[in-house]
Amino acid sequence: MRLKELESYLQDVETFEEPKVLLEQYPTSPHIAAHMLYSMQTQYSSVEGRLVADLGCGCGVLCAGAAMLGAGACVGFDIDEDALSVCQSNCAELELDTVHLIQADVTHLHTCPGRWHKTFDTVIMNPPFGTKKNWGIDMIFLRTALDMATESVYSLHKTSTRQHIKKKAKEWNVNMEVVAELRFDLPATYRFHKHKSVDIEVDFIRFSFPSK
Amino acid sequence: MRLLTHNMLTSHVKGVTNGYPLKLQAENIKVMSVDFNPEFVARMIPKLEWQALVQAAESIGHLGDLPRELVPEYESNEEFLKMAHHVLMEVEVIEGNLECPETGRKFPIKNGIPNMLLNEDEV
Repeated sequence: MRLKELESYLQDVETFEEPKVLLEQYPTSPHIAAHMLYSMQTQYSSVEGRLVADLGCGCGVLCAGAAMLGAGACVGFDIDEDALSVCQSNCAELELDTVHLIQADVTHLHTCPGRWHKTFDTVIMNPPFGTKKNWGIDMIFLRTALDMATESVYSLHKTSTRQHIKKKAKEWNVNMEVVAELRFDLPATYRFHKHKSVDIEVDFIRFSFPSK
Repeated sequence: MRLLTHNMLTSHVKGVTNGYPLKLQAENIKVMSVDFNPEFVARMIPKLEWQALVQAAESIGHLGDLPRELVPEYESNEEFLKMAHHVLMEVEVIEGNLECPETGRKFPIKNGIPNMLLNEDEV
């Protein structure tokens, strides 16, 4: 499948009907999702035939894209049943039968991963950034992702946190590579946004594990 | 919820030491047809608790001819992998419950999605 095709299919993914502010819900744009997934597959072979997890899957743009690119299975985790319901109907509409969904709190998985520890080849996510009274949640998501993955973690983080993440990556003994620098053009999803859209710089990062 | 997922789910309620495997109670099951990828199935098998898979499949009447023990050299046994694929990926519990073997606490499955959220006092 070509990049343009993938992006075009992802435009059919329905998004949040009423995004919840406190959960930092907003859809990953089809453009960004397509580019992320396409590079994960063409540069690193991280999707096709792989067991993939999407932490904080929301409406399932990343899950859908992973399934379209031939993931063996993509397991989406999200805390919100309304988001999961949209995700579910997206997968049904798009006939994606390799997406599995679980309602769970990713921050609790962090303390007790249980059988998810080192299960997934690849973990992908667009995690909450920690802007809504949940400071530090991005690092909790990252920590959890790294615990669950055996080969790579692909994530989005504010560019302003890059140095902090570099430090943590070193501490946790994982490799970190900024694959691309993106600009999120978040539309004025929430009523209190003053401007029509908010432009933030975001890093698309690949984490991997040093070979033994 | 398919059986691949069920095999990985555990109860993490505070204080529970034996939260696996969750007892599967199904009220509504759907069988689907999913493309067979033998390499993928072969790679999943080492991640599974095989007995838990057999137990769960049997409890909902979908064990079929799946062997109760892993067969030797399963990686190259296409017939075996096909049966495993069916049980892991093609049987979906739409409505039901997952019951903690230690406490009996039920995690509901609604619309094919298991709800593993814990209450405040369980964390």
